[in-house]
Parts: sequence; C-alpha cells; structure tokens
Amino acid sequence: MRPTVRTARGYDDLPALLTLMTGDEKHDASATSTLEAIWVLYDRVLRVDPARPDAPERDRFLLSKGHGPMAYYAVLAAKGFIGPDDLRDFGSLDSILGYHPDRVLVPGVEIGSGSLGHGLGLAVGTALGLRTTGHPDARVVVMTGDAELEEGSNIEAIQYAARAGLHRLTAVVIDNSSASLGWPGGIASRFAVEGWSTVDVDGRDPIALERAFTTAPGDRPHAVVAHVEPKDS
Amino acid sequence: MSTMIETAAATAAENQRDRFYRLLPHLLAEDDRLVAVLAEIGVGYLDPTTVAPVADRVVNVGIREQLMVGVAGGLALAGLRPIVHTFAPFLLERPFEQVKLDLGHQDVGAVLVSAGASYDWPEGGETHFGHRDVALLDLLANWTVHVPGHPDEAEALLRGAAHGSGRVYLRLAAEGNARALDTGDGRMRVLRRGTRGTVIAVGPMADRTLAATTDLDVTVLYAATVRPFDDETLRATLDAPDVVLVEPYLRDTSSAQVSRALRGVRHRVVGLGVGQQELRRYGTAHQHDSLHGLDEEGLRRAIAGFLLDGRHH
Repeated sequence: MRPTVRTARGYDDLPALLTLMTGDEKHDASATSTLEAIWVLYDRVLRVDPARPDAPERDRFLLSKGHGPMAYYAVLAAKGFIGPDDLRDFGSLDSILGYHPDRVLVPGVEIGSGSLGHGLGLAVGTALGLRTTGHPDARVVVMTGDAELEEGSNIEAIQYAARAGLHRLTAVVIDNSSASLGWPGGIASRFAVEGWSTVDVDGRDPIALERAFTTAPGDRPHAVVAHVEPKDS
Repeated sequence: MSTMIETAAATAAENQRDRFYRLLPHLLAEDDRLVAVLAEIGVGYLDPTTVAPVADRVVNVGIREQLMVGVAGGLALAGLRPIVHTFAPFLLERPFEQVKLDLGHQDVGAVLVSAGASYDWPEGGETHFGHRDVALLDLLANWTVHVPGHPDEAEALLRGAAHGSGRVYLRLAAEGNARALDTGDGRMRVLRRGTRGTVIAVGPMADRTLAATTDLDVTVLYAATVRPFDDETLRATLDAPDVVLVEPYLRDTSSAQVSRALRGVRHRVVGLGVGQQELRRYGTAHQHDSLHGLDEEGLRRAIAGFLLDGRHH
C-alpha cells in the first residue's frame, strides 16, 4: 500500500524537529526507540492525509505506548499534521502536546494514551467498527512496548483479535528489553499462539520495517516485533 | 408510546432486564449505528431469530470485561454507538479505568446497561452486588445516569440513550413499581405534595416510599434520572427544607447533589439506601431490603423519625 501523503520534510529533518521539543543540540535515532517504526509507517505505509485527518476511510495509527511521544510528534510535524511551532512549547500549559498525547488536542492523533494497556483494546474496537461502517480495507496499526505488554488487558485483545478475524489489524511491539521480568520464549510467540501472523525485525532498519508492515499474509492479524537496542544501553 | 415493541409479547412477569434483552435486537435493526457489546452475560437470553439479521452488530468478546469497554471505545471512535452490557460490578468496577479512559478521556459516547442492581441475586453474594455503581460514576464527568422503576421506563430511557450521543448509564433492576411514572425528560416528577419535607424516591423505590409516607404531610418526588440531578424541581417544590433521599444503591450517593441543589438554603438531608458494610448474607432481595432499612417498615421509621422528631435511626 503506497502512501498518499508527501511533504517537503523527510527523515533527515526529524532531529531538528526533536530539538524544537528538547532544546538539545543533537539528536540521533537512538534517542527514541520508536522513531524509525513511526516514520516508516507514516512515510511508506499508512493512508492518511493531514488535510483530512478525520476522513472515515483513513488508516489508523494508535500509539498505545504513550510514553516518550517526541518521535510521534516529530513525525506528525514532518508530515504536516501539526506545525513545527507546536513543538516549541511541548509540555507547557497551553501546548497541544503533552508528555502523553491527547486525541482531543492534537490533529491526527487517534487516541489519548499514557496509561499502559489500553491501545490494543481500542484498536480491536476500531477495527470492528471500520468493518461495520463499510471500510473493511482500512488498516489499524497499534504500537505498544515490550514492557507495556505486561498489562493483562493486552492479552484479552490479543486473544480476541484473531478469533474475530481482524485481518487489517497490526500490532507493532517496540522491544527495547525494558520488561523487568523479560519474555521467556520471545514476544512473538504470545501472538502466534493466538492466531496472529508474526515477524521479528530490526527496529532500526527502515527497509526491513517496511517489508514487515507490507508483506503480512493478510488472512489474520499481524504482529511486528521491532527489536531495538536495550533501554539505557 | 407508539414506538414500543409490541406489548402483546410482553408478559406480566417481564422485568426490566427481560425487556432489555427482548428490545435489543429490535433497536439494532432500527439504527445501524448501534452495536451491542457483551462479555458473555446476556448472550444466552437473546432470541437467535431476532438477533440473526443484526448478528454482525452483536459483539461477544467472551469473559473479557476490560476488552469489552475498550472495544466500545474503539467502536465509538469509528463513529458507532456501543451498547455495553453485563452485571454492574463487571461493567463498572473491574474495567473502571477503561470506562474512565477508553470512553471519557477519548471523549466518546456509549450506553452502559447493567443488570443485577444492588442485590437482585442475593444468593450470589458480595461478588455480584452492584450498589456502588452510581457512586463510582460520580467520580467521572458527563455521565447521564438512569435508574428506571418499571420496564416501560427502562425501554423509553434506553431508546432515548441509543438515539443520543453522550455517555449514559442505565441501571436495570428486577423489581420496581406497579406502573411507569417517569416521563423521560430527565426531570423529577411530583407524586404527592406536602408541607413538612421532601422525600425523593429513586427508581424502584417509588411504590414503597409512597406507602411508607401515606400518613405523612410530605412532598414525594420521583427520579428515574439521577445524573444530571434535577436541582430545579427540588428547589421549586421545596417547602420545609428537610430532604430524605431513598436510593436503591449505596446510601448517601446523592446527598451531595441535594446539598448542592439547596446551596444557600439552610437545610437538612438524610440519605437512605444500601449500607456500605459487607453483610455476608444470602437469602432474598426482600430480606436484604429489610437489612438495609429499605422495606416499607424501615422507610416509614426512618422518614418519620427524621422529619417529625428530628431523629434518624
């Protein structure tokens, strides 16, 4: 699926956009575990249009892992959903951009998140809703973290999604090994046993990420486990 | 009420919950914006014949109540109107954060319909008691709360909620009043006028409250909608500023609402309802009414004591 949105800003502009939020001079990709995956989704995968952020047939990206949303905001700015100026007052009283995103405040943001374990359930409901409202091809991509998966609410959604035939649902798990107790046997197996297709991928490799998002079998929900360097490594 | 489903199918024994199950498929058939979201409870009570044409909009997620409310939030984000149903503790208490965030914080609407009321299944004990429900929703903003006292009221309030867009809680009870009293406009109705005080009977409490106050010179108001609270009718009908609340759920749930409604007026208020202490008793609903002072005799004693002697037992 090709993107419908092109803007003048590209991947190389993201560090400067991140700097608007932090004031730090330099940013490289490793500053945020989600940057490549969110960029690839918005640049190569999702059918979304900043001119029509509420279009009913649009694909949905749900950032369940609401922590550390700077990469998300930078990509939204690069793609024209928000302006670079919005980034400057990140987290201040009148800013639309908090340390957790709020869908009511930010154009293009699909859910308000921050409390872990809510995105997968909302994504399942959204996917059911898109099927019911006559947009069965619209894609719902929900991003979680490996530590976020510890929340039990996730497993309810993981169990249900394949049984409900939600073929257009994709879960992206950013695995930076931040789950204190780890995931013996790997994260993908939790999805696979519940009927999802799964792929493990290098979360810093844009080409591998794009392939992981676009080459799903398509006959069941799809889980992409994107491995990045361990947190604080 | 011409839009009501054929009353020929109704039986004298049909309670609010029965009516809900019978009505639900018809509502879905009338409005393709509506989706029923269930977590196993109730599935077996739906008529497969009437469900069949709308089966794609009856979602049973299994015994997964967090997912049930999350799915409702997602459906609403996609432009649909979810009707979510199970027993009150599993609808509001177990997935409370989903109710707060997946509906409230997402700024979407939904209709939550509970069964079981405070102790409709007393043999089931504490795990299935739902008397905390309205108090719990009072922690959250912008919820409309309906407490119907009759199946016809439940149907009218459900129809209104289904056609709306906000967040609505409909509390269904097995027992109630002999006839429908509510007009569906969200206002309290004056059942009797008096001069020595005001007694507010909520939902299923109306008949027994009228019986308990038959020889008292008091105004009796009836509320089937408690949030938003109808300040205006309370103030407009107030004579002596002594107010008794008779609520079928946790005692004093609406006492703060009365105090707010009467701000600036020196007044007394007493709340009657289900006690907070866990009793660890089974038995019948009528026996639990007696334990909580919510039978006719208990109400008579408490109301008369408060209004006439200034004492509250």
